[in-house]
Amino acid sequence: MPQKGFFTDTTICIGCKACEVACKEWNQLPDDGFVFSGLSYDNTVELGASTWRHVAFIERPVALGNQETALGNFSWLMMSDVCKHCTRAGCLESCPTGAIVRTEFDSVFVQPDVCNGCGYCVVSCPFGVIDRRADDGLAWKCTLCYDRLKDDLEPACAKACPTDSIKFGDLIELRLMAEKRVEELHERGLTEAYLYGADPATQPGTEGLNAFFLLVDKPEVYNLPSDPVAPAKRSGAAWASLAVAGVGLVAAAVAAIWSDDESSGS
Amino acid sequence: MAECHPVGFRWAMEAKARGATLIHVDPRFTRTSAVADIHVPIRVGSDIVFLGGIVRYILENERYFHDYVVNYTNAPVIISPEFRDTEDLDGLFSGWNQDEHRYDQSSWRYSDEPADPTLQHPRSVFQILKRHYSRYTPAMVEDACGVPERLFLRVAETLCHNSGRDRTSAFCYAVGWTQHTVGAQYIRTASIIQLLLGNIGRPGGGILALRGHASIQGSTDIPTLFNLLPGYLPMPTAGVDVSLKAYLDAHTAGSGWWSELPKYAVSLLKAYFGEAANANNDFCFDHLPFINGNHSHMSTVADMADGKLKGYFVLGENPVVGSMNGRLQVEGLRRLDWLVVRDLALIETADFWRDAPEKFPTEVFFFPAAAHTEKDGSFTNTQRLLQWHHQAIDPPGDCRSDLDFILDLGRRLKALYASSTEAKDRPIQQVTWDYTNAESVLAEINGFGVTDRRPISRFTELKDDGTTACGCWIYCGSFADNKNQPARRKPGHEQHWVAPEWGWSWPNNRRILYNRASADTKGRPWSERKKYVWWNPDAKTWEGYDTPDFILDRPPDYRPSEDAKNLERISGIDPFIMNVDGKGWIFAPTGLLDGPLPTHYEPLESAIENPLYKQQLNPALLEWRRRDNPYHRPFDDPRFPYVLTTYRLTEHHTAGGMSRWLSWLAELQPEMFCEVSPELAEEKGLRNGGWATITTARAQIEARVLVTPRMPALRVGRRTIHQIGLPYHWGSKGLVRGDSANDLIAFVADPNVSIQESKALTGNIEPGRRRS
Repeated sequence: MPQKGFFTDTTICIGCKACEVACKEWNQLPDDGFVFSGLSYDNTVELGASTWRHVAFIERPVALGNQETALGNFSWLMMSDVCKHCTRAGCLESCPTGAIVRTEFDSVFVQPDVCNGCGYCVVSCPFGVIDRRADDGLAWKCTLCYDRLKDDLEPACAKACPTDSIKFGDLIELRLMAEKRVEELHERGLTEAYLYGADPATQPGTEGLNAFFLLVDKPEVYNLPSDPVAPAKRSGAAWASLAVAGVGLVAAAVAAIWSDDESSGS
Repeated sequence: MAECHPVGFRWAMEAKARGATLIHVDPRFTRTSAVADIHVPIRVGSDIVFLGGIVRYILENERYFHDYVVNYTNAPVIISPEFRDTEDLDGLFSGWNQDEHRYDQSSWRYSDEPADPTLQHPRSVFQILKRHYSRYTPAMVEDACGVPERLFLRVAETLCHNSGRDRTSAFCYAVGWTQHTVGAQYIRTASIIQLLLGNIGRPGGGILALRGHASIQGSTDIPTLFNLLPGYLPMPTAGVDVSLKAYLDAHTAGSGWWSELPKYAVSLLKAYFGEAANANNDFCFDHLPFINGNHSHMSTVADMADGKLKGYFVLGENPVVGSMNGRLQVEGLRRLDWLVVRDLALIETADFWRDAPEKFPTEVFFFPAAAHTEKDGSFTNTQRLLQWHHQAIDPPGDCRSDLDFILDLGRRLKALYASSTEAKDRPIQQVTWDYTNAESVLAEINGFGVTDRRPISRFTELKDDGTTACGCWIYCGSFADNKNQPARRKPGHEQHWVAPEWGWSWPNNRRILYNRASADTKGRPWSERKKYVWWNPDAKTWEGYDTPDFILDRPPDYRPSEDAKNLERISGIDPFIMNVDGKGWIFAPTGLLDGPLPTHYEPLESAIENPLYKQQLNPALLEWRRRDNPYHRPFDDPRFPYVLTTYRLTEHHTAGGMSRWLSWLAELQPEMFCEVSPELAEEKGLRNGGWATITTARAQIEARVLVTPRMPALRVGRRTIHQIGLPYHWGSKGLVRGDSANDLIAFVADPNVSIQESKALTGNIEPGRRRS
């Protein structure tokens, strides 16, 4: 089974939020409450247990490429964010029950019947994607529409996207398509365009994302970390020291057993 | 377009991906602007100055498509010597009658002099046009519209550069563009530009009206409009159209396609009244309803408030929220004996009585309706394309489709009146009512031979002798071969690029109207790149990728003789066959009540004086001067110093009936808000996320505040104009509630189409919540 993923091209996102709605409808997710945020046109504000696609709206005092407007240095960026299905997934690596697994599509999937709601995954996601729901206490996030993929259907968000800003497909093809798109945009004068998380080389901390993005400003502008790292990776040194400590503990235990034996033998 | 029509906007985005330049003109920086190449913020209500400026640019710089303009438009036509332009009369055309509040249009006529192909005659349309827009200069555009001269010139140049033999440009608008006292003239100005640039009747050209709901195009074709019968036949007028003969004599043209009107009118009467309709009884012409004035929405509501109406049906609309002056709307509903509302949810129009302070007599009947997935039917889109939708699931509970409801109502009325002997009940007794399902309705709309019941396949088969029946002549062929043509879904990649086998478009499955204009005077494509339909001299026929919009065997070199009549008068170079002269009308000698050429008038309520003429307002605009519909001063009203404009958000659907009751949509835009510039926020002490109260003479509403540079203050002349943006989706019911922006707006309308002016008015804003 080839690896599947999303390539989200933010330069053609029109902020319609059809992805948010299609996701909630397909997955039967509850609303996040009816609160006016005052943050541009964004009222769901962030990804969470009941929002698995989220469109960010960024009003910034910077002109976009060759765009011309009487507003001067201004542009409005929109970006549909989602779980990245990382190659090194912090949530999966931290899950003590084995509830979070990697599927045959190479996506990261939470099995709700196994999840015990410990929340380790929540703090281990470098993107702040996964979250626990208040009512059942379990961890929830994008499933890459695992149920739809099983039936050869693309994920609901990609299906609903009217401009194909969200592209779903084989990762190898998506990466080629994305690189071509960046070149094309550079030729058209949008030299700021770049790929975020498309490969391990540019994002070693996650070893690449199965849901990657084309952006035109720094990751932080989109509320994305500039250098996301799966906690298990970052704590390599800590693991090493923990390993030394572990050996010490084993040695002590062995010594204790040995002394017990000795005492019992006497 | 991205805001109101995100799904249709995918095609604009695809064009952009293929190299098209997107230009967006809007007071706000919207989701459309975000992806456009050029965004032009404009003062609301100043569009004719902007577009007129483009007309002037085209003429002054000789950028018009010469061969197209000379041959296919009325630019060379000489106008009557009695005609006086707004330049001569300071904002009025000749013929204005102040007492009757209307124009006598006789001086706008063509003169009998031969047309001047050199376009030099001082009374030629071309020269009149040149003089009419001579003062619409880039500097005037800057002063009146608040659009920097440089930006305006970039737009004008881009448009000209992208038009001609090899290239075409399209105008797309959402219906907010029509919601002005000069709304029809906005579209006319765009039409003039498109005719001058040769962008009509050609692939990639045109003016695309993106309608407010699915199938609003369908509801003008098979009209819900008071003054039209299906297929744009005029509704008969009481005391004027006293017999079928009088009606046909008055409305049948002597040349062009409307010379065929009797065939369409008689076939329609046969579809309505079946066997009862025959030549001896005028085909039951007197069974039709007759109009005796303006019965458009606002007139009807005003009559309602005056106690002149007993009952009212509201199907799939929510006028208490969606229409102007909500207080007057509610007042109207309170004076009714009965009200029937059919909708998906218990909308404000159905539930307005619940929180009323005092009792009133209206009896309200609410019927839950079925959604489009729960019924069969068709949608007609802006391209006149009919697409069938099949029922996927049964409607829940007591919900029923409008078709079920109307069918049942008709059957019950027929049963009630079956034994009546009164003449007034004969229309109900004799109207044919044998529909079984949605397809059987389409079959009647398509038409059939009365004796053999065989479906008609083209409207040229229709007769005026009662042997054919047809519910809407332009839809002839939609059920050809006894097959539901709109239900065709052959994928685009299995056919050529015009994709004629996807759905069905009227007339005759034609995808581009007036496409004869895509070929030159000799019938050859203007260019290989823009090849569409052409004359085949060997086969002696018009052919191409689309159904040619012309008489198929009429050669390009055909010229009518002096005594030719009706269709014979259409020459080989007359692409605009619906017009009596076959030409595209740059100058409209008839048909518009407020002038033959679009002229800038300020909105009824404006921040400024008309910078071009002494005449401030459209002289012919429709007003409702009454105590419950007060107006502000035309300009500089010190009580209302700011400009207001209303609009839709992607997240909600019009008056909210389809979105405010759905959590997934409601959470995306949960509260009524207003958009203001940082400068205005500073001036008035408005805080982002806080509250503001917006006031007009009609109402006071409260809204959350969104402070954003996307709502720029504009420099107009020596003044700064602040515009306040108001989405209009909220009301007092539903999951998310809020005040209705439309409560602020007065009844005032365009004279041609009775559409309200809701996109440009004045008001005041103060921080904090409203008091009552």
